[in-house]
Amino acid sequence: MNRKKLQKLTETLTKNCKHFNKFEVNCLIKLFYNLVGDAAERPGVPIGLDRNAFRNILHMTFGMTDDMIMDRVFRGFNKDNDGNIKVTEWVNGLSLFLRGSLEEKMKYCFEVFDLNGDGFISKEEMFHMLKNSLLKQPSEEDPDEGIKDLVEIALKKMDYDHDGKLSFADYEKAVREEALLLEAFGPCLPDPKSQMEFEAQVFKDPNDFHDNMNP
Amino acid sequence: MGVALARLAQWTAAGYGAGTLELTPLNEVLLKEILVFVEHFIYDHPQEAKFVFVEPLEWKTNLELSAFESGYIVSKTTVSSEEVDKDGQPLLFLSVSKIKVRSFGQLSQLVFAAKDARLTEAQACIEANRDPVVKILGSDYSTMEEDSGALNILHKIAKGDDPENEKKMKIAILLKQLDLHLLSCTLRHISLQIHLNPVPVKKDIELLKSFSGKGEQTVLESIEYTSDFEFSNGCRAPPWRQVRGEMCYLLVKPHDAEALCVTCSVQGVFLNGGKTDEEEHIDYERKGEVYKDLVTFLKEKSAKFSENMSKQEIRISEEQQKNQTDEVLKKEQTDVVHKAMSGIDKSKLEKNPVNFGKNQMTRRLEPSLNWRITVNGKDRKSSVKDSQEEKHGGKLEKTRASISPGRTQLLRKSADKAEETISESSSESEEDEEPPDHRQEANADLPSEYWQIQKLVKYLKGGNQTATVIALCSMRDFNLAQETCQLAIRDVGGLEVLINLLDTDEVKCKIGSLKILKEISHNPQIRRNIVDLGGLPIMVNILSSPYKTLKCLAAETIANVAKFKRARRVVRQHGGITRLVALLDCAQNSAEPAQSSVYETRDVEVARCGALALWSCSKSYSNKEAIRKAGGIPLLARLLKTSHENMLIPVVGTLQECASEENYRAAIKAERIIENLVKNLNSQNEQLQEHCAMAIYQCAEDEETRDLVRLHGGLKPLASLLNNTDNKERLAAVTGAIWKCSISKENVTKFREYRAIETLVGLLTDQPEEVLVNVVGALGECCQDYENRVIVRKCGGIQPLVSLLVGINQALLVNVTKAVGACAVEPESMVIIDRLDGVRLLWSLLKNPHPDVKASAAWALCPCIQNAKDAGEMVRSFVGGLELVVNLLKSDNKEVLSSVCAAITNIAKDQENLAVITDHGVVPLLSKLANTNNDKLRRHLAEAISRCCMWGRNRVAFGEHKAVAPLVRYLKSSDTNVHRATAQALFQLSEDPDNCITMHENGAVKLLLDMVGSPDQELQEAAAGCISNIRRLALATEKARYN
Repeated sequence: MNRKKLQKLTETLTKNCKHFNKFEVNCLIKLFYNLVGDAAERPGVPIGLDRNAFRNILHMTFGMTDDMIMDRVFRGFNKDNDGNIKVTEWVNGLSLFLRGSLEEKMKYCFEVFDLNGDGFISKEEMFHMLKNSLLKQPSEEDPDEGIKDLVEIALKKMDYDHDGKLSFADYEKAVREEALLLEAFGPCLPDPKSQMEFEAQVFKDPNDFHDNMNP
Repeated sequence: MGVALARLAQWTAAGYGAGTLELTPLNEVLLKEILVFVEHFIYDHPQEAKFVFVEPLEWKTNLELSAFESGYIVSKTTVSSEEVDKDGQPLLFLSVSKIKVRSFGQLSQLVFAAKDARLTEAQACIEANRDPVVKILGSDYSTMEEDSGALNILHKIAKGDDPENEKKMKIAILLKQLDLHLLSCTLRHISLQIHLNPVPVKKDIELLKSFSGKGEQTVLESIEYTSDFEFSNGCRAPPWRQVRGEMCYLLVKPHDAEALCVTCSVQGVFLNGGKTDEEEHIDYERKGEVYKDLVTFLKEKSAKFSENMSKQEIRISEEQQKNQTDEVLKKEQTDVVHKAMSGIDKSKLEKNPVNFGKNQMTRRLEPSLNWRITVNGKDRKSSVKDSQEEKHGGKLEKTRASISPGRTQLLRKSADKAEETISESSSESEEDEEPPDHRQEANADLPSEYWQIQKLVKYLKGGNQTATVIALCSMRDFNLAQETCQLAIRDVGGLEVLINLLDTDEVKCKIGSLKILKEISHNPQIRRNIVDLGGLPIMVNILSSPYKTLKCLAAETIANVAKFKRARRVVRQHGGITRLVALLDCAQNSAEPAQSSVYETRDVEVARCGALALWSCSKSYSNKEAIRKAGGIPLLARLLKTSHENMLIPVVGTLQECASEENYRAAIKAERIIENLVKNLNSQNEQLQEHCAMAIYQCAEDEETRDLVRLHGGLKPLASLLNNTDNKERLAAVTGAIWKCSISKENVTKFREYRAIETLVGLLTDQPEEVLVNVVGALGECCQDYENRVIVRKCGGIQPLVSLLVGINQALLVNVTKAVGACAVEPESMVIIDRLDGVRLLWSLLKNPHPDVKASAAWALCPCIQNAKDAGEMVRSFVGGLELVVNLLKSDNKEVLSSVCAAITNIAKDQENLAVITDHGVVPLLSKLANTNNDKLRRHLAEAISRCCMWGRNRVAFGEHKAVAPLVRYLKSSDTNVHRATAQALFQLSEDPDNCITMHENGAVKLLLDMVGSPDQELQEAAAGCISNIRRLALATEKARYN
């Protein structure tokens, strides 16, 4: 990619991006193309990060481990749902991911947790997301007992209108009351430590980061 | 009654006819109920009690003849009642242990007479009369035909109006009621009874076996079956005993009792007659009470067992609850045993994650398990090792390693060895023993929260961070300010988990955990537990975390925990003070944006929490020093400039605590803190005002500070705060500040302007002692001024002051005597004091054990004696008063001595009194004091000597007691007051030639010559007089020589 194109791209993206300045956008774009690597060269293939590549980044850079949540995060980034994260999606996604306001993060997290996208987090969805969260105890007759109980506890805590599922309003109210509940059903935002490391590396000297990523 | 007896009472199997009642709990209950019925019969139904039974109730009694007293004709072998029936037959007749009773009245009396034997009597009666109803009422009333009973009765009623019949009817109904009552009793009793069966009993025994053996920690020394053979049904008792529900027999040897031979039967567990020696036979007879299970039985029999068992108790009950949800209610015993067993399994399982962590299983597969092990791995590993080793020993307690607080503490201790070389005092080890006791009590009646919290703690233990956060948030919904919940969290092992969470990398879990710890650490017990579990060093570490929210929460929790000495020490030893002081150093930009993240919060908040923690810590002396050395004072001074009340309170609170130290006061002055303290006196927050006033009180010991308070306009707010008397703490602080400030004259003038004196006088009544001490202290200072003395008198302040002289609070007495003394300077006030008998009260305070009070009282007496009318007469009127004063010269407290000398000076103005004190030996006592370097004492001593010279040959006596030479040396002092007093004393003494010689020999003349040149007229005069006496003597000597 030539310098001019890059500059233009940086400018457009900076204009639309709330939380990054021009330098930062520039860094992120460079990082993006570093990550995409050779794929860019091949004609006919859309330029971008596919699911696996993206999940790899989430895992390596942000320490995420939960398969399902990572899939959901990928969907969160991949706005046009084409299975490929393009540079715009990358910058916008990271903007929220790293610097989003509480409102933006709530919206994003709710979408991640609302597995079927019906606007509610149902008991089944909660169960699905929490099913690996407890140490299984063979002594128990029903191994899912604990998970079910946990779902009830979560629901009791957050379901303000008592309809047996979480609407966004429920979720928002709960998070505003107790910020720890933002990622109530699984970590879908970077933990502060890896976030700091990431920002420090990317925005300080992108080349270093590049070297680390592709030794 | 009939039905109950026939159907339910447990008759022995040996045939119906001569059957006896077994002594089972059920029968006992029945008999007791019958006894109660009979006993009350005579009161409840006096008419029916006279009814004569159709047939007498007849049985063999064990009662002594002597048991029968009034109302009976007692012969050698027989007893008959005075009460007789129509035919003259006695209603009770006893002959050769056969007793016949024919009315309820007599039965009632018999029950009284039988006293302790009543139960056996009732048993014998029932055994001998298997159908008492028939005997009482006749065969028509046989209970066997119960259906027709009611009809029969109705029939009878219809038929007869015979009064006798009516009574019969009534009795029949009463007996029917008793019958019903007995039936319901039995039912209740049976429903309470739990039947044991072989399987749980066996498990019970096996479990106990595995925890038995030598050593202190085991519950029993040994527990064994008497027979090794086990029948297919699980019983070990021989078949003919199995019929009776007995299952097995045990030989139990507790630590602290004889070996017990125990029967386990379906009804329960009881002591049997024991093994008859050598042979295999067991005396199966029951020898003690029946207990519901083996554990209860052993707890009753062996204190040691119950003690060691209670240590396991929590564990067992915890496990029991854990599975409650998924198990249908089984028999109680089965549960206990079962859970305890599964508990062991579970604790093994808990270790599994550690293995995952060690083996570095792929993160992706087991993310939920190893996330919290990263940091804690070391501790965990060692605990695994421990429990594995100890499992070989087969001891229950050891498997609890991960839960028991004591052990966790140990583990942690070994983990960071560097800490705490100071030995823990014995009182602390007592603390450690306290919690288990408490837990046991708590088991008695557990609220529902307990079980819910237990469940949440389970999820905290076994959940990944997502589950943990949910559980933490849910836990916060409980009322954590309530002690039940606080202790529940601890008792189910939640504290350990919460503290362990602090040691992980998971910031969110740490935040959640601290939010809970912060709340529950308001409880003093929990604070100690947190310290015992090693929570403080971890929290201190968190203080240097990059996340502000975490810092805040940790500091706030430390603020709560560090409310006692040991905790404060731990904080200091782990470098907590330096880190807390660092928190104060926040950037002063108030325009920070609102933070969107959980991890961030405003710098001001961080500083506030730091100050809060420092406030708690600053109660220890070493911590005050540490705060100062860490550079805390300038930072506190800077924070003092903010206007947030919630920031100012902890900051001022810390300063106020620290201001008790001299070098703090200097620093406070240097940092110009007074100005801000004064400013905040004007705040609307009562607590803030209180702490500011308190800080001023502490700092105003220093004159410059007192001036600063005035210059910054602090006196007016102080004066106006006096008018609000509802908040006693604040009032005490404010009056304290006023007291200290009024030590400076200019301040007193200001206070008078603000009319504070009048208000202070108003506060002399109905206030707590803390306030009174300060109010009186302030008045004492104010009354040094003439105008104020007048004000105090005019406001009626003298009477309350005098009445305070009878108190016992030492600090208060010191101030009151001072104030009264100050008032006594005014003759008009003195009249009032005299009228109120204030002088006598002051005088009696000379007997107060505390030297400060003695001294202060003696000082106060001086103006009293000076200004009282007929002072000499008044002083003499105190019986033994003068002797008391003279004897105080034997004190070794300089202040007391000075004050008493001053008092003596005043007393000696009256010739008669001077004569009396001379007789009491004032001269040698004063002379003895002469060798002193204390200028204050020198001055008053010299004055006293000069006064005492006025009587008899006292001048000579002083010379004889070698008081003169030291006095001469007083002239070398730098204090003019001493010079004046000494010169006067020497002048008096020089009337005696021998003294003149002594003075001359000690070089007094030269010194006195210098004094003559002093601007002080009295001194001039006295010195000149003394020189002239010496000179005159010299001249006379010369004259004599030449003649």
